This record gives sequence, C-alpha cells and structure tokens, in this order.
Amino acid sequence: MSKDSTRERPWLMRTYSGHSSARASNALYRTNLGKGQTGLSVAFDLPTQTGYDSDHPLARGEVGKVGVPIDHIGDMELLFDQIPLDQMNTSMTINATAPWLLALYVAVAEKQGVDPATLQGTTQNDVIKEYLSRGTYIFPPEPSVRLTTDLISYTVANIPRWNPTNICSYHLQEAGATPTQELAYALCTATAILDAVQASGQIAPERFQDVVARISFFVNAGIRFVEETCKMRAFTRMWDEIAQQRYGVEDPKARRFRYGVQVNSLGLTEAQPENNVQRIVLEMLAVTLSRDARARAIQLPAWNEALGLPRPWDQQWALRMQQVLALETDLLEYDDLFEGSTVIEAKVQELIAGARAEMARVAEQGGMVQCVDNGYVKRELVQSHTRRMRDIESGALKIVGVNCFEKTAESPLTAGGDSGIMKVDERAEREQIESLLAFRQQRDSQRVAAALDALRHAAVNGDNVMPASIECARAGVTTGEWSEVLRGVFGEYRAPTGVDISTASGGDEDAMAAVRARVLATSAELGRPLRLLIGKPGLDGHSNGAEQIAVKGRDAGFEVVYEGIRLTPAHIARAAQEEGVHLIGLSVLSGSHLELVEDIQQEMRKLNADDVPLVIGGIIPSDDAQQLQERGVKAVFTPKDVDMNQIMHRMVDIIRQSHGLPATAA
Amino acid sequence: MTPGVTADLQALAEGVRAGQRPAVAAALNLLDDQRAVSRTQATALMTQLLPHYSVSTAQMIGITGPPGAGKSSLTAALISHWLEHKQRVGVIAVDPSSPVSGGALLGDRLRMTSEVDNQHVFIRSLSNRGQFGGLSQEVWPMSLVMLCCFDIVIVETVGVGQREVDIASSCDTTCFVAQPGSGDSIQFLKAGILEVPHVVVVNKEDMGAVATRTLAELSGVLNPNHPDGGWTVPVLATSATRRSGIAPLGNTLAAHHQHLLATQRLQVRRREHQARWLLRCIEDEYGKKGVLQLGGAPAFIKEFSAHSANPLEQYSACLQRLSITH
Ligand code: B12
Ligand SMILES: Nc1nc2c(ncn2[C@@H]2O[C@H](COP(=O)(O)OP(=O)(O)O)[C@@H](O)[C@H]2O)c(=O)[nH]1
Ligand SMILES: [Mg+2]
Repeated sequence: MSKDSTRERPWLMRTYSGHSSARASNALYRTNLGKGQTGLSVAFDLPTQTGYDSDHPLARGEVGKVGVPIDHIGDMELLFDQIPLDQMNTSMTINATAPWLLALYVAVAEKQGVDPATLQGTTQNDVIKEYLSRGTYIFPPEPSVRLTTDLISYTVANIPRWNPTNICSYHLQEAGATPTQELAYALCTATAILDAVQASGQIAPERFQDVVARISFFVNAGIRFVEETCKMRAFTRMWDEIAQQRYGVEDPKARRFRYGVQVNSLGLTEAQPENNVQRIVLEMLAVTLSRDARARAIQLPAWNEALGLPRPWDQQWALRMQQVLALETDLLEYDDLFEGSTVIEAKVQELIAGARAEMARVAEQGGMVQCVDNGYVKRELVQSHTRRMRDIESGALKIVGVNCFEKTAESPLTAGGDSGIMKVDERAEREQIESLLAFRQQRDSQRVAAALDALRHAAVNGDNVMPASIECARAGVTTGEWSEVLRGVFGEYRAPTGVDISTASGGDEDAMAAVRARVLATSAELGRPLRLLIGKPGLDGHSNGAEQIAVKGRDAGFEVVYEGIRLTPAHIARAAQEEGVHLIGLSVLSGSHLELVEDIQQEMRKLNADDVPLVIGGIIPSDDAQQLQERGVKAVFTPKDVDMNQIMHRMVDIIRQSHGLPATAA
Repeated sequence: MTPGVTADLQALAEGVRAGQRPAVAAALNLLDDQRAVSRTQATALMTQLLPHYSVSTAQMIGITGPPGAGKSSLTAALISHWLEHKQRVGVIAVDPSSPVSGGALLGDRLRMTSEVDNQHVFIRSLSNRGQFGGLSQEVWPMSLVMLCCFDIVIVETVGVGQREVDIASSCDTTCFVAQPGSGDSIQFLKAGILEVPHVVVVNKEDMGAVATRTLAELSGVLNPNHPDGGWTVPVLATSATRRSGIAPLGNTLAAHHQHLLATQRLQVRRREHQARWLLRCIEDEYGKKGVLQLGGAPAFIKEFSAHSANPLEQYSACLQRLSITH
C-alpha cells in the first residue's frame, strides 16, 4: 500500500465524563464537542447506576461525585440541552438501569422532536461483568440477563442504529484478568447474552443476524502492547468464527468484531503520575496499529487517573493524544501492518488456544451465568490479580517509579492549589435533592402510579419492559421508583467475592514470613487470632483493593471477615461487633470517604463499640487523609502504598497500640 | 470489648441473658481468649450462665455438607423463616483455616447479609483453626452461651466424610445438605463414614432433574431409622435461592426438637455431647495417653456426662487430674 492512498477515517474520540449535575455536565459536553471530540460518553453517578434516587440514604455522599445524577426526565433533558440527539452518537455507561436510561433518552428525543428510530449510540448494558468487576448490579443474574435481552430486542426492532450492548472485557482486565481471560470471559458473555436473546423468542429467526451484527465490545489495552495487539486480532478472529458457526451469520460484515476501547487504568500510578502519559500513549497503539483489528472508538484516561477525578484540562490532554496519533502520524495511511508476520501470528494462535481452553471450562460448568453465581470466574480473576500484586512485590513485574527508579524531583503537575484534581462542587448533592423534591411535587401522580403499575405488570408477565419504561420516563417516574418496582419483582443479589482462593505463593517470601511471625506472636499475646473486618461501605464497587487486602491478610495469618461491596455503615458496624474483630479496614475509592467514615464512627458509638480501631484505604487526597486522621482514623492508605507487607505490619502496629502492647512483638 | 481483669462478669452474664448484643459479642470474645487470666474469667462466666444453658430448651442445629452445597444460603433462608415465627437466631459459622498461615477468610456471612440486619439475629464466624475434623474447641462453649439468649442456635461447618462426626456429636439436630449431582455424600452414607444425620436436604432443587435424581439416590441408600431410635430420617428438597421447601424444612427441624423434648433426650444428649467435646480437647492436647490416664474413653464419657456442669470447669478438673497423675 502506498502513502498516497486515501487515509482511513479516524476512530470516534470520546472523553468519559459527567459530574455534579446535569447542568454542569451539559456545559462540559458542549465545551468538549467544541474541542473536536466527536461523540459523547456519559458517566453517571453511582446512585443512578444502582437505581437509587438522590435523596435515598444509600446515596449520601455519592450524588454527582463520579458522574452525573439523573433522577428523572427533567435531568435528562438538561443533560442534552442544545445537543441535538439526531446528530449525536452517545455512549452511556449504564448497566443494571440501562433500560431506564435508554427510556429517558428516547423520551428526551421525543421532546426534542427527534424520531427515536434515528438515534445512534450505545448502552453498555452488560451486567455479567458488573458481578465480576464493576459492581453496579442490582438483581440476580437471571432477571438481569432478561432485562439485557429486552433492551436488545427492543432496539433491534425500533432503534436499528443503536448498539444495545457493549460486551465488556475492559473491566475484567481492570480486575486483574490476563489477555486470555479477557478473551474467554468476554466471548462467553457475548454468547450467553445472544443465546438468551434467541431463547427469549422476541426476535424472528431470520432477523437474528441483525442482533449479532449489533453486538459491540468494550475492550482494554494494557501496557504489554504487542501482546495486546495480538489479543485484538484474536478477538476479531474468534468473534468471526463464533458468529458464523454458532449463529450462522453469513454476511462477513455482520460478523465484524466492532469494539471501543478505554486503555488500562489499573497500571496508572499515583507515584510520578506524569509517567502515565507514556503508558496511555503506548496502550493506545495496541488498539490502533492493526488496521484489521482497529478500535471504532477510543477514550483515554488522564495522567492523574490514580489521584482523583480529571479536570477539563487533563481530559483535553488525553484527547490531544488521540488527535496527534490520528492526524499527525502516518498511521492511517497504511494497510494492516502485521499481515504476514509470523511472530504476531504465533502469539495470536497462542492466545486463541488459551482462550478456547478457558471457554471450555466455563461451558463445562453450565455457561457464564452459572460461573458468575458459583464464583468460579470471580475467583480466577482474584487469583490473577493476586499474582500480579505478588509479582510487583517481588520485583518480577517492574513498574517505573513504583518498584524501581522511585527517586523523583518534585512534580509541578500536582503543585497547584487543587492538588491537580477535580473537586466536585459540595453543593451539588443538596441542590440535586432540592430539585428532585420540587420535580416530584409538580408531576401528575396518577399518571406516575399507572406507569409504574404497567411496568410491574410487564416485569411479572415477561413482557418486554422497554415500552412500559418509556411511558414511565414520559410520566415523570424517578430512577429510584423504576428500580424499586423491579427490585420488588426480581429481588436483589450479592455476588461472590472470589477471595476464597488458595494461599498464593510468590511475592517477597521473607517479608511475608516476618509479617506472619508478628501476626502469630500478637495473636498469642492477645489470646486469640487477630481478626480483621474489611468493609466496603456505600455504593462504591471498586473491590480490587479490599480483595487483595483480604487475601493478603489471610495469608499473613489474620482471620478475615469480608462480605463484599455496597454495605451500609450500620451493617459494617454491627458486623464488626458481632465478629469481635481487632480492626476495621475500610476501602473507599468513590470519593465519599469523609461522609462514610463519619457515619460508621457514629454507628460504632451507638453500639458502644467505638474502641475498635479503624483504618481506611483508597483514593484519598492528602487533605482528606489528614482530616480523617484528626477524626480518629488510625491510618490512611492510598495507591502509593504498594508494599502490602508493610500495610500488614502497620495494621499489626495499630492493633498492638490499641491494646497497649509494646510496638515490637515479643 | 475484651473485658479486663476488673470486668464485671455478673453484668456480662446478665447482658448475655438479656440478649444484649455487646454482651454476647464480649462473651464470645472471652471464650475465644486463651490467656490464663481470660480462661479463669471465662470459666467464671460459664458458671454464672450454667443455670441457664443447662436447662435451655432452645434448639442447637448443626448444618453440614460439602462446600458450595448451599449451607449458608439455606441458613439465611431458615433465618427468615424463623424470624417470621418470632424466633431469635444465633449462628456460628465455621470455615477452614489456611494450613500455611493459620489465617482464614470467613465468608459465610455474605450469604446472610440481608438477614443479618435484624435485632434478633447474631452471627459469629470462626475458623476451625486446624483443629478437630470440622470444629474448633471454642465452638461448644460458644454455642452454650448462645443457648442462653437465642431460641435457635445454628452451627454451620464444611464437611464431607469423617469431618461430620464432630458436628453430629455436638448438636441436638444435625442436618446434612447435599449438592445435587455429587455422588460423594451418597458414597459416604453408604460406607457408613458419614454419621447419620437427623435430616437430609438436597438443596438447589431448582436445578431440576439432577436434584431429583440425587434425592432419589439418597432416599435409596439411607436407612430411614436413625440409630438414636424412634426417629425416621426425612429427605427433603429445597431451593435456598428461590426459597422453596424452606417452611417444610423448618417444620421438620422443629419436629426433631419436639421429638427430643418428648422423649426427654435433649439434656441427656447435651451432657453426652459435652463429655465428647471434653474428650476431644483432652485427646487433642494429651493424646490417647491422656485419655487412658483419665480412665479411657467409655468410662470418661460416662463420668463426665453424669450431670450438667460447666464445661470449662470440667476441663480444668481433667487437667488437674492429669498433672496429679503425671
Ligand atoms: C480498577 C479501577 C476500576 C475497576 C474496578 C474493578 C474492581 N472490581 O475493583 C472498574 C473498571 C470496574 C472501575 C469502575 C469505575 N471507576 Co474506577 N478505577 C480503577 C483504578 C484504575 C484502579 C483501582 C484499583 O483497583 N487499584 C488496585 C488496588 C489494589 O489498589 P487500591 O484499591 O488503591 O488499594 C491499595 C491502597 O489504596 C490500599 N487500600 C485500598 N483499600 C484498602 C483497605 C484496607 C483495609 C487497607 C489496609 C488498605 C487499602 O492498599 C492497596 C494496596 O496497594 C482507579 C484509578 C487508580 N489507578 O487508582 C479508578 C478510580 C478509582 N475509578 C474511578 C471511577 C470514577 C469509577 C467509576 C465510578 C466510573 C463511573 N462513573 O462509572 C466506575 C464505577 C465503579 C463502581 N461501581 O463504583 C475514579 C474515582 C474518583 C474519585 N474517587 O474521585 C478513579 C480514581 C479513576 C479516576 N481518576 O477517575 N474502576
Ligand atoms: N441454584 C441454586 N443455587 C444455590 C442454592 N443455594 C445456594 N446456591 C448457590 O450455591 C453457591 C454456594 O452457596 P453457599 O450458601 O455459600 O454454600 P455453602 O458453601 O454450602 O455454605 C452460591 O453460588 C449460591 O448462590 C439453590 O437453592 N439453588
Ligand atoms: Mg458456607
């Protein structure tokens, strides 16, 4: 291929964003579109994602924090104010409540005078990976799959250019998955969903090809970018084969592996955060170099990923990385660069073989849904992540600035008054609640009640929930009400934690032995085994840290109680008392640590159990860390604390101190 | 919450009796505590509580079965059932400890999360601490404390095969939970390795044909007449997740309890269970030789189940006798 052949059109460039309120996010979107961004990628706050209104007790501290709060059609209208939906390609990261957010989007289109049939965009709508990694599931797997298939069936028939589901392997890598696992589990999920659509009988067999063609993927790209390039090629090939052999899709175009990307964020560091820029750019190569397996849409994290939420300038920098690659380099002038490379081909084959073997193991156990419920896949992920952490610990896996070349000059990037991150407006939650209360006042309550009844009816009778949901949206139903009806019909679920893996070897064995000896000695001095409760309060679904601390704690000799994500402060306080633990360790990455710690301390006082020491880990800016320590929190850990043996020592120190024992174990 | 030397044990005992959560938690912590001072206090506490647990007619149920059969889920479902009947429930959930580190991940609570936020439920997780088949030494005294303030006390342990024995000789009623499609339990029952439970449950009946087959197979190999006499072992099907078969299971467990009460066997069995616990403790620390020194197992059981007593006091008495004869 010569250089003067036509350049390929670049991929869609997005920035995943949303915060504070619909109004603030709308302003942000319009600025971003003005900067040359070509699509929207909406981040919702956690209450919206888990089906709670902004004034629900569980929403406290979370409203508008990590995304935009959408309580009802009024918020959705504001979010897209002056953004004509017929000209927009909107990606919504929404899962358990996906049918609801799509219903709101359709209702807003109607209000804008846009024909819903012309809408373009994506609802993530992949609940399987929520149980495994992302954490915003609500219902048990079976009804969740049914809601997923309802949305798919509805859009295929009524909004033909919509991508109804984005099967995600992205989040699996963020929870520790290897490339083989990413391939296997994403493809198993895709077939589980497609099989369910087929079984639901909502799509005529001759139209099933359209369903397969509408399935898109959301993939990760890590720093090992050659292997990641091969992974994308493997995906492309395996999907083509599945679509043809399993679903009989004849048209090669309908079998194309269409995917969007967010590059790896798990490997982005708090230490020397400027190095993240190199990492992000290299990771982007993995999904752009192969013309035959190139991403359709890319969103990049920012250099300050591990510090907190990005500011507009940070996001602009990330967008510019894409623009430079697409517009300044000659990448898009060439045909596939790897065609004919035996090196690449061998790696692709190796990945395919590994993925096939793992897919067979899932199939043996009854498929992906079963493997979510029986904990198999989650355990495999925790195991992989544990291996990664132990390799970082031993130095077998090098991370520049973290376990080598740690010495650094002062960074000007974090020197500013805002410590280099976005601070969410503290009034956002209160204002959102006020506007929600006002909205509830002015709506037609009879129409609301009737719409909710119809929704319940559809849910119980197995009718597609989309039409009833759209009427709910028009009627002014709220996010919490929509979800509450379905909670009533389907029940709620708690997913396996996956931490019950066998003791991991590797890591720094000497350091581990030293910790173990100290845990044992302190247990003897206190008369019983050291007991640790790991708590995930609030709506935060980031479980990696809690899981790794739980596994490490067990391997260090602690008796560890861990009940998984999304617990109320009252529940955690009670569990700590019932279990007679020596220490409570909270893990909060969602940004609502101040509110949650306050609530837990209050609950502990109510139970007369506030003598149990409390530590916390997660994304906690240093000002907040200081505040927490002033309020009695014994230690604050952040991503910088990569030495988990050291963390264990600190926990032993704190337990010893709180029992009046001398600092060193006898 | 671990009381110091000055702790007011009487108040603690009263708190336990009244079912006050902080007191129950503190009492369990104390019973777990191996330090000499704490052992003395724990013994004193058990003396305070003796008038209560020695006559308690609350039911102690052991739930056992292979990992993943749904024991914890079933316990959660049963808790809901009992709460509807205004029963207070205490749970001791035992998980294996890591042979490498001695540490443990205690995950049974997870299945009971929504039940736990109730005033009338209390769950304590324990690791087996590498001890006795399935139970650690602390379980027996802890369950006696729970008998003082709950209507139903559940002990959940992982077990297949020989590990069942402990729980069978620790609880009033033992309930074995089988996993559909797994032949293990059937083999164990057939070979007589599995001590006969009072109630057999095939959980996950929602799995359909596999569950029905396992149910039939189990009913086939099981001798319905329990060696305890006068009790026919029922084989039931449940689904913990769909909450089917729960009320019948609850009623069956209650029927066994009524049977023990009606035949006046409850306290006799408990005294025997305590003697067996004592025997295991002695064996664990002093081996067969120790047991022989105390007169050999049959005589030992006979002696120590003669009347109700504080288990920790009995234990110290044994130790004393051992050191005298040393
Ligand atoms: C991986 C990841 C995810 C994964 C989570 C997978 C999982 N199951 O955990 C996925 C992709 C699902 C995800 C999703 C989201 N994420 Co995210 N995620 C991350 C990321 C990249 C890494 C976190 C991580 O797992 N690190 C590895 C673990 C081992 O480290 P750690 O948790 O920090 O733990 C260490 C210490 O902090 C400490 N520690 C932590 N907890 C505890 C507890 C105790 C007791 C102790 C002693 C120590 C301790 O010890 C650990 C060992 O070093 C961070 C950014 C970053 N690089 O840190 C963003 C980040 C946390 N995510 C963020 C956001 C916003 C989200 C979303 C809410 C986005 C959205 N709007 O939808 C979603 C929704 C998640 C949800 N349900 O809550 C934000 C949070 C912003 C904030 N706090 O202000 C971050 C900071 C990214 C960013 N800059 O925007 N995310
Ligand atoms: N299908 C089905 N699954 C169940 C049932 N009860 C429990 N499970 C699942 O079996 C797994 C193990 O359950 P758990 O209660 O932890 O088992 P335990 O190890 O015996 O305590 C979990 O994935 C449960 O969701 C049931 O009745 N039906
Ligand atoms: Mg269990």
